[in-house]
Amino acid sequence: MGTAIGIDIRDGLPPDDLASALQAAFAWLRWVDDTFSTYKAGSQISRIGSGALALDNADPKVREVLQQCDSLRASTGGYFDARAAPGGALDPSGLVKGWSVEAASALLAETGSRNHCINAGGDVRVRGAPEPGRRWHVGITHPLEVGALTVVVALADGAVATSGTAERGPHVFDPHTGLPATGLASVTIVGPSLTLADAYATAAQAMGAAAPAWLRNLEGYESYVVDAEGNAWWSPGFEAYRAA
Amino acid sequence: MRRAILAVAATTAIVVGLLHYKTSSAPRQFSVAAGAPQTSTPRPGSTAPTAAPSTPPASAPPPTSSTPSPPPASASRTVTGPVVTTRFGDVQVALSISGQRVTDVRAPQLPYDRARSASISQYVAPVLRSEALAAQSAQIDTISGATYTSDAYAQSLQAALTQAGI
Repeated sequence: MGTAIGIDIRDGLPPDDLASALQAAFAWLRWVDDTFSTYKAGSQISRIGSGALALDNADPKVREVLQQCDSLRASTGGYFDARAAPGGALDPSGLVKGWSVEAASALLAETGSRNHCINAGGDVRVRGAPEPGRRWHVGITHPLEVGALTVVVALADGAVATSGTAERGPHVFDPHTGLPATGLASVTIVGPSLTLADAYATAAQAMGAAAPAWLRNLEGYESYVVDAEGNAWWSPGFEAYRAA
Repeated sequence: MRRAILAVAATTAIVVGLLHYKTSSAPRQFSVAAGAPQTSTPRPGSTAPTAAPSTPPASAPPPTSSTPSPPPASASRTVTGPVVTTRFGDVQVALSISGQRVTDVRAPQLPYDRARSASISQYVAPVLRSEALAAQSAQIDTISGATYTSDAYAQSLQAALTQAGI
């Protein structure tokens, strides 16, 4: 499945600098796709999965991602698991999107863009401001109510990731039971890194009713959860991100 | 095949790209629930690209862009992407192009046939359109949570750009 990635740059950069910054960001994202895609037989992830490539010989970025997957598996009580696919196939896709966009944002910052927003299929990383004196406003789709946003998040530097049923219907499964995780309609995580925000949102949705107890102990990451009945729960620190 | 759109303005730029790894919300270990199509697919039967007639550059209308005169291929034209079907309805994108620049992005088809779809279209499509034009609405800068319609939008957009040779 393709993912649309939009990059919105608000800096007053000269057009040539703007173009080269964007080209660098997309070159990076294409490299990530070529390297990590589970749909491409020649990707390093596919070759590691089939035994054709030893982990020691993989790109250092590949090893970094897989190590972070292992770390997240531990910190989420097994709810985030890149090796739990049917047949045990290796699939770090759940981490790769957030991680690669996080890195793309850093790359843009290095090349001179201090004010930008990247939206990768509904997962968002922002930096700076959309215009002077205002924070970025990220609307969160309401998973149940027709025509509604459930909340609007305002932030300057950070990430917003939502795992939910708003468009896809139930699609996250509890890796411990193999059953659809239907307890929560959507989980939104706000925090400094899209890598973790994205992984936490996925893990929390799989946790279902147990998610709030786990989410409230996350350091540096706030959450907004809507359950299947439409009840919202949010972490105390989430209030700081609520758009006025 | 895959291209990035470079819509470069003096102070603002928006780029939409397509990548083919899965969204993080649907990692394989969690699988996709049965009963709903996992991906949206182009409908070849209804694909009706309507690029401007391939008249020679010399006879093409003059460029409408106010930017420095581009080469002869800069005639204004409209390119329509394929209809992409999602579970919420059809999505189709049309581009207005001047030279190698996209000057407008419209969505001739969006899923309005169901209430749910209408809500998604109202929120997602205007945002994507404005992003593509680098003209943001004041209140909401971007949306977190929706994927189907925006993916289909990007798919049609990508096809239109490929066809336009941009």
